Amino acid sequence: MRLALLADVHSNLEALVAVLAHAREQGADAVAFLGDLVGYGADPLPVLERVEEEVGRGAVVVQGNHDAAVLDEKVAAGMNPEALEAIAWTRRQLGPRERAFLASLPLVVRRGELTLVHASAADPGEWTYVTDALRAEECLRATATPWTFAGHVHEPILFYTAASDRPLPFRPVPGVAIPVPSRRRWLGIAGSVGQPRDGRTAASYALFDDVRRTLTFHRVAYDWPTAAAKVRAAGLPARLAERLERGD
Amino acid sequence: MGDLPEPGDTIDGFLIGEQIHAGGMGVIHRVTRPDLTFPAVMKIPRLGPGEPATSVVSFEVEQNVLSALTGSHVPRFVAAGDLTVCPYLVMEEVKGRPLSEWARRAPLPPAEVASLGSALAAALDDLHRQEAIHLDVKPSNVMVRDDGTAVLIDLGLAHHAHFPDLLAEEFHRPIGSAPYLSPEQVVGVRSDPRSDVFSLGVVAYELATGRLPFGSPGPGGLRARLWRVPVPPRALAAAIPEWLQEVILRCLEPDAARRPASAAQVAFDLSHPQHVEVGERGRRLRRAGPLQLLGCWLKAAGYAPAPLALPSSQAASAPILLVAVATQHGDDATLAALREAVRRLLAAPGSRRLACATVIRPVPELGGSREDETAARQRIRHLAVLRAWAEPLGLGPGQASFHVLESTGPAEALLAFARQNRVDHVVIGAPARDIPLRGLLGTVATQVALEAPCTVTIVRA
Repeated sequence: MRLALLADVHSNLEALVAVLAHAREQGADAVAFLGDLVGYGADPLPVLERVEEEVGRGAVVVQGNHDAAVLDEKVAAGMNPEALEAIAWTRRQLGPRERAFLASLPLVVRRGELTLVHASAADPGEWTYVTDALRAEECLRATATPWTFAGHVHEPILFYTAASDRPLPFRPVPGVAIPVPSRRRWLGIAGSVGQPRDGRTAASYALFDDVRRTLTFHRVAYDWPTAAAKVRAAGLPARLAERLERGD
Repeated sequence: MGDLPEPGDTIDGFLIGEQIHAGGMGVIHRVTRPDLTFPAVMKIPRLGPGEPATSVVSFEVEQNVLSALTGSHVPRFVAAGDLTVCPYLVMEEVKGRPLSEWARRAPLPPAEVASLGSALAAALDDLHRQEAIHLDVKPSNVMVRDDGTAVLIDLGLAHHAHFPDLLAEEFHRPIGSAPYLSPEQVVGVRSDPRSDVFSLGVVAYELATGRLPFGSPGPGGLRARLWRVPVPPRALAAAIPEWLQEVILRCLEPDAARRPASAAQVAFDLSHPQHVEVGERGRRLRRAGPLQLLGCWLKAAGYAPAPLALPSSQAASAPILLVAVATQHGDDATLAALREAVRRLLAAPGSRRLACATVIRPVPELGGSREDETAARQRIRHLAVLRAWAEPLGLGPGQASFHVLESTGPAEALLAFARQNRVDHVVIGAPARDIPLRGLLGTVATQVALEAPCTVTIVRA
């Protein structure tokens, strides 16, 4: 199986379409959405429609904090003003069908030797950012599988266990198949499809090959000018369009 | 696991042949497979209970790194077995002799030290450009082929920027061979290609003097590497020329920023002794005095190497530029345009080296009845033109070198120079517009552009 790992799509249809096409070209035969389907971007309805199509073909989806925030004011409470404004806007776009779909999503999915989660497996509903070795260690301690895949941080990174128990961070190089044998523990953070924040505009996702036991991080150039123009046209905060233009 | 195969066994299609090595870490057998067109060996680690965990990890590292590398300076990778099922590594059997044979015969004549050192430097540069760092450079890990080129074997401690570093640890401690370890490795930094340049300096010192610059310290003595300056090679063997000592001691600078910026620059210096700018290092005949040592020690007390980006970025920021200057029949406009192009390229940040070359027809050493046509005079005349051409660029000492190449084929001569010296960028004048049959016959510039191993800029006046 070649599993495409898509995190933080954030209502960016142009990025989602480009990434799904790229993943198919790379031989992906399954898709997992690692949360935050909506929020920030201007296309929540078309994005959810595409995601539900993929679910019809067997895709796995977990819930992210933006997905939860659309449903529950309390989750939105801690967000920054721009994110909050986008949540309120998104809430107005969604109908009962979409809300029911988002509400049906689990926080954690375990599939064989994989654990899929949006933030940290240690406390999935607390939306902890796994940005350092300590948090990565907590996350891995909460799972029993060799491979854990997550999103939430918007930057691709791979934590791995080496000589000590404390996992080490590794910044992946796009397009390189990294051997990830099952005797070590791995926490792959796929980066963001719809709102990359590492200074590059290209959408980020990862592809896990469970036969060759490799993980490949990819960057996909997509039509971000259109996505940014839609954000402005929808009356969403201009800063959210600029983030797509600058990749920050 | 723990059961080692016997000759005649078959593993994943490989027929096991004679055992050629048995050591603490594992065994090596010759292997054959019908589709293999070159001799190959299989390395099988000892992974039973009681074996140190680091040997498993370094076997895994070697599998990862070797499978990602190409080129003639590492053994060709063939196959790897799953570590948990049947661990093995099949690779090309490198035909040649280990550099340790030369080290045993050291001290060697300076010319031999230079050619061996240059071959090793070229091999390291090839590795660094592929984003890998060897980190265990020592004579027994270098094979010298019959053609004089070097092959780096045993990549068990290597670092490759494309893969997670399985040997990195939270609490840094040195791994590698103590006499050859760089100061960065002593404090656990594994991401600087100039660590290999340091070890290269240790190897060259050993070949030149027959002694190790820092002896064979135990783990406690390693920190001295951060500040200690070795006894100058010329104090041990007076026959060592100043330029060779200069190159060796530059490689052995405790501060990586003061070493040559890339292995390619060391290869260049070792193959062009006449262009090495000899400074205090080269002339030194005694180790530094106590006051100077105190200064070094104080500097080392706050030692914290800066993290680096990709290994290749180090090589890329220290490129070698080759400019072909037509000293025989160049027109002034073209020469001026060429100089402007070079000036712009040199203006970019980084420590660039400029090699100025011209190609002249071979001059018979004894022929020529007229005094001004003797070979030596011819060369001097063209060197003077080259120097005059470069003068307006205002280059610092050691930044430029001048070469008069003698050949009937200018393009071939320039291409050979570019390949031998790992040149990164060739700058050459465009042919005149009015040459008849230009398209049909081709020109020096077009042939260089077609066949050069690097970027080529063709400059038109």
